[in-house]
Amino acid sequence: MIIEALAFYALAGILTLSALLVITVRNPVHSVLFLILGFFNAAGLFVLLGAEFIAMILVIVYVGAVAVLFLFVVMMLDVSFADLRKGAMQYVPIGLVIGAILLSELILVYSVWGFAPETLDNRAAPVEKFEGLTNTEALGNVLYTDYIFPFQLAGLILFVAMIGAIVLTHRSRPGVRKQSVADQQARKASDVLEIRKVQTGSGA
Amino acid sequence: MTIGLEHYLTLAAILFTIGVFGIFLNRKNMIIILMSIELMLLAVNINFVAFSSFLGDLAGQVFTMFILTVAAAEAAIGLAILVTFFRMKGSIAVEDISDMKG
Repeated sequence: MIIEALAFYALAGILTLSALLVITVRNPVHSVLFLILGFFNAAGLFVLLGAEFIAMILVIVYVGAVAVLFLFVVMMLDVSFADLRKGAMQYVPIGLVIGAILLSELILVYSVWGFAPETLDNRAAPVEKFEGLTNTEALGNVLYTDYIFPFQLAGLILFVAMIGAIVLTHRSRPGVRKQSVADQQARKASDVLEIRKVQTGSGA
Repeated sequence: MTIGLEHYLTLAAILFTIGVFGIFLNRKNMIIILMSIELMLLAVNINFVAFSSFLGDLAGQVFTMFILTVAAAEAAIGLAILVTFFRMKGSIAVEDISDMKG
């Protein structure tokens, strides 16, 4: 029990600290690296909660894909990030006020939180149904049966996002010789080839 | 010293507030704003997984995966728009992205 508490406070402390550093450090590359650190600590918290699959997905999808995508974009853009920070302090007071209000409201709600007794009967996928299965197996049993249509829809969303990102960032530069398969396939022998009858003995 | 649901909810609340505050602090920098949104989504995911774990309902973890999907798609599209905009204007400041207003 004491180990669990220690692990929670360590992971939560580093997560909060790295989240604060994400928004305060000057160099955006460092921001992304602290974001990665935060995601790793969140994955640790998920393991602590018994959601191993989500923890691994978080590491693979967020750290492996999203954070690296951020890193690429930050390094690719040639922007003076110092200029972007000018005048940033102007909105800090109102940001602090709104943040304090939001945080106190959330903590006021959460500190008196308790489950109603009837809640246990209203669970969509109670874990008791998956006794003896690992977290991944149980999650698969739920995801591929009750949630198959949302699952397919998630795939569709990713597909649309992929096409959208390609269409947005793709540019065709003029003056570059490229193979055009359609043009090659549409070419017919009759368009380009001509057979002429040459008189015997009069050819050049 | 048992870690209850409140601990996780408080952590998620703090993380969400940091995300909101990050948008105010880096009001001009589009990339940090996108990162703040990722932080807020992470806070929501922590809420979902904590409730799922303490209530014993796997649906919360299933929903977390859908949030992860949408967050990944959102990051990809957002960064693609950012790159396209940077090619056109040579800037990623938020106030420069107001050409299409009203």
